[in-house]
Amino acid sequence: MTVFRAFAPWVISLAVLLLLPAVTSGSAVSVINVIAIHIVFALSYNMLLGQGGMLSFGHAAFFGLGSYAAIHAMNAIGDAAYAGTGFWAHFPVFLLPLVGFAGGALVALVVGWPFCRRAGTAFAMITLGLGELVATGTQMFPSVFGGETGVFSNRMVGPVWFGLELAQPADVYWFMAFWVFAAVLAMWAFTRTPLGRLSNAVRDNPDRMQFIGYPPRNVRFLVFIASGGMAGLAGGMAAVNYEIVTPESLSLLASGLALLMAAVGGLGIFYGPIVGAILVTVMNSLLSDYTDAAVLYVGLVFLAVVLFAPSGLAGGIEHVRQAWHGKQVAAKAPRWLAGTLSVTALCMALVLAVELVYLLSHGTDKLADTLGMELDASSPLPWAAVILLLATGYGLWRLTAKSLEATS
Amino acid sequence: MLETIVFSTLNGVLYGLLLFMLSSGLTLIFSMMGVLNFAHASFYMLGAYFAYALGLHIGFWPALFLAPCLVAVIGAVVERYGLRRVHVNGHVAELLFTFGLAYVIDELVHLFWGSIPVSYVPPDYMQNALFTLFGTDYSIYRGVTMMIAVFMFAALWFLLKKTRVGMMIRAALTHGDMVGHLGHNVPRLFMGVFGFGCALAGLAGVIGGPLLNTEPGMAQTLGPIVFVVVVVGGMGSLIGAFYASLLIGLLQTFFVAFDASIADLLGVFGVQADPYGEVTGITLASLAPMTPFILLVLILIFRPRGLMGELEP
Amino acid sequence: MVKTIFNRFAVSLLLLAGAANAADPEPVRFALIDPLTGPMSVVGQPALEQLKFTADRLNEEGGIDGHEIRIVGFDNKINPQESLVQLQKAIDDGIRYIIQGNGSSVGSALLASINKHNQRNPEDRVVYFNYAAIEPSFTNERCSFWHFRFDANADMKMNMLTDWVAGNDDFKKVFLINQDYSFGQAVSEAAMRMLKEKRPDIEIVGNIFHPLGKVKDFSPYISKIKSSDADVVITGNWGQDINLLIKSASEYGVDIPFLTYYGNTPGTITQVGEKGVDRIYLISEYHGDFNDPEIAERQENMYAQTGWDLYPRVSVMLEMIKKAGDKAGSVEPVQLARALEGLRFKSMAGDVTMRASDHQIQMPTFISVLKNNMSHGAEGTDFNFHEVAAFNAEQATLPTSCRMRRPK
Repeated sequence: MTVFRAFAPWVISLAVLLLLPAVTSGSAVSVINVIAIHIVFALSYNMLLGQGGMLSFGHAAFFGLGSYAAIHAMNAIGDAAYAGTGFWAHFPVFLLPLVGFAGGALVALVVGWPFCRRAGTAFAMITLGLGELVATGTQMFPSVFGGETGVFSNRMVGPVWFGLELAQPADVYWFMAFWVFAAVLAMWAFTRTPLGRLSNAVRDNPDRMQFIGYPPRNVRFLVFIASGGMAGLAGGMAAVNYEIVTPESLSLLASGLALLMAAVGGLGIFYGPIVGAILVTVMNSLLSDYTDAAVLYVGLVFLAVVLFAPSGLAGGIEHVRQAWHGKQVAAKAPRWLAGTLSVTALCMALVLAVELVYLLSHGTDKLADTLGMELDASSPLPWAAVILLLATGYGLWRLTAKSLEATS
Repeated sequence: MLETIVFSTLNGVLYGLLLFMLSSGLTLIFSMMGVLNFAHASFYMLGAYFAYALGLHIGFWPALFLAPCLVAVIGAVVERYGLRRVHVNGHVAELLFTFGLAYVIDELVHLFWGSIPVSYVPPDYMQNALFTLFGTDYSIYRGVTMMIAVFMFAALWFLLKKTRVGMMIRAALTHGDMVGHLGHNVPRLFMGVFGFGCALAGLAGVIGGPLLNTEPGMAQTLGPIVFVVVVVGGMGSLIGAFYASLLIGLLQTFFVAFDASIADLLGVFGVQADPYGEVTGITLASLAPMTPFILLVLILIFRPRGLMGELEP
Repeated sequence: MVKTIFNRFAVSLLLLAGAANAADPEPVRFALIDPLTGPMSVVGQPALEQLKFTADRLNEEGGIDGHEIRIVGFDNKINPQESLVQLQKAIDDGIRYIIQGNGSSVGSALLASINKHNQRNPEDRVVYFNYAAIEPSFTNERCSFWHFRFDANADMKMNMLTDWVAGNDDFKKVFLINQDYSFGQAVSEAAMRMLKEKRPDIEIVGNIFHPLGKVKDFSPYISKIKSSDADVVITGNWGQDINLLIKSASEYGVDIPFLTYYGNTPGTITQVGEKGVDRIYLISEYHGDFNDPEIAERQENMYAQTGWDLYPRVSVMLEMIKKAGDKAGSVEPVQLARALEGLRFKSMAGDVTMRASDHQIQMPTFISVLKNNMSHGAEGTDFNFHEVAAFNAEQATLPTSCRMRRPK
């Protein structure tokens, strides 16, 4: 039974990956491909932060450099395939994420040792410096980084594997599905290895680890390399997906995105970043069609998670799962319901307020247009609705909190 | 040549002083509370926008005084209801919170003022020349900026060294628990310091907005450099932050002005190199944006406590 | 998320059914992929408004072959990779006409991507209308049937500019300052080459490149200009970069002439005001003192309605597209493109031709200088650009190295 339970998530994920194209339309596939890239990126970030306790602000450097390595390899494949000879003529585009992995890991190997002396704020600062250095340094070498234009390529070259010509996003989906499954499996396996366990230990108690005989610096360094490699792998996936790499992929914003996805999903749980990646990517791409304040909402969700739900969305899922196993769902359900209602009311109030302000300052509001609603920001009615919703939400919140205190 | 040196020095000092105004608040906050306020540059941006908005109604000088106060209030509220709550979850959680806050403040500015730079300019009379040197005007506004920065430094020094509050702050910097045991309201002190630090950032925004363009991306441009200043100067050291800001300001300005390339350097040793080649064509000007971060990485590797710090990060 | 996808699928089915029942022909949609937020939005937003303004006018005249023109804005934040994401979104949404102008870096990525897309999806071809990305290679080595350029390219403009400079004996020392990417480098290279040919006695006393859209404080560059003792500055800067450069120059009392490609970028005139009179020169298809009352009225209306000034070449582009579509009797991309090749048009900017050999528009160009007390001021002021020299389409033309491959 336990064996079944252990394998169940993997089997289910595999099934989902195989069945997804059947239930999704064309435009959704492009988003799903990006989600796959982000899942790997966020998980690689969590190897550093959630499992290793190392907060990094320069993770996109590995992603970007891996991406650049892959796209140059793609160009090499294209040129060699045209000429017909050489190493690259036999290298399939399908395996380019491995080139990305090599690129990311190599960079981490080269720079990592001095960085890993201390964790905490010093590590965060030095990775910030690295990230910005690499980002600003790209302008100096246009033949490698392509300057403002970036480097672009064609993925339909070289040997074809599994019959995937990679012409349409739907083809690319199978490529992504393979690599995301492989990468997640690899990172999961990593957490089970002694090194993975050691990194958890170093996160929790570095001094003790030193006493026992495992220098924290060495452990951190190895984790740094593995994590950089995985980020490079995600970069390789991105190179194949977009067929272009620009210096923006190395920027602080991109590093921040990894942090955002991992934190929203939940740092302490393995699949947290997966959930976070899916949610943030979907929000980023779909929301902007419906509202102009999409990025603001993403930021607010992040803040809310950090303030009120530090273990992230995955923490919430685990909460529910444990209640299910402990047969406590019936007992907790009403409180959860009240909590959900209060959060919904507060969210609606917030959304309404934001859209009203948008209407006031810009004259038009995308969300109102999309919903077909006539909003008049100057009349007191919608503002009254905001206050009412806020009051309801807050009231329900206090009720839930009180009942929580009463029972615990 | 002399002209270039004089103007580069003037501009470099001005930029450095602006950086100092911005980073002094962060130094205080970081030293006292151990919080690396990612949103610090966002408060700088808020200061600029508030001054712009207020200035439209009440004039430049009243806005100059009022805007930092507004920013201080917002900072205090953030500390009381946000930071304090997250503090129990550790330093990483605090960093995450300020990171998210920076994000949200950036987007709120987009929401209220749009994405196009706003025309925040000093009054007309300030745009005239204070003096003309080598045929180039140096505006009154720049002179005023420098004066305000120096005045601020003096006031800060006075506050910390000569007043009671300053004494408490200095004590809480190194012995926070003891200060609490002695009966002082440390949380209230923290809130005040955080608010004050944000006010300093806001003041930097009020002054820097007209110089460096007031637009929603201004926080992202200056944010990382401010951290560099704090780390390079040394955690907990205001004098260190002062030296570091001036160093970075002068370095960046001089590098752009003296556009020597690697080819030129090689030429000094008699080696002929292509001035437009990819590696040999690298000039100091193209290195200029990277200088703060090179400094950061070097300092953190070789001297982690910074130029003048006493505490290690 | 699956539910959202189901919903979208269902909605699109319904829409299709509804559309099939509609009596009016389907609207023809154009995607504008330009910076709508960020420091370069100061040129992206007016383009969007100009397109909508012109579309309204053309729709009253029957649209394109009876189809209503709809303009949809996509924000690319001046990033090439983001532009490709938006391109995919537009294509997934069924849009077949892409308009872009700001940034040859973006244009380059779009060109490569659209070529690839058309090759891989022969039933779904997309046409790229370029109104401002004037790096010369797009209509030379990289020319493509699917790309049409509606502005004189950088070499053409520099050719005319250097003709004018060559005729002026006051200019002996020239300072070049440009953005560090393909376009800025093209401007600099052309300037140096052409000046050497036409006036070998002119000395280039400076040739600087700065990062695109990132410099906030131009004072170090201004001090270099000062110390070089130049008589005239030539710059291709656009967007925020020309705004801040001119602002810094006037602040420091630098009073030598600036010959610009984009001195009429919104915001520049307001910043420089009186100090720019007789000093800021502009080479473009437009100048501020049109004698035509209809055009003058359009200028007033555009500013009154949208707060932005007229962008003539954007209007001319849409008008030519309309003429081509009407002529072809269809809005199908290949047919419209074929009709557009070689099309002659009497526009508000003079007689223009879309040269068939390279899809580069041949149009009259003017050199103008900022003056006060103009009958139609820009940006709500009394300042605007007054004609100083005019070049007709024959004088503006340059040969091309394009070898275009056309679809069967």
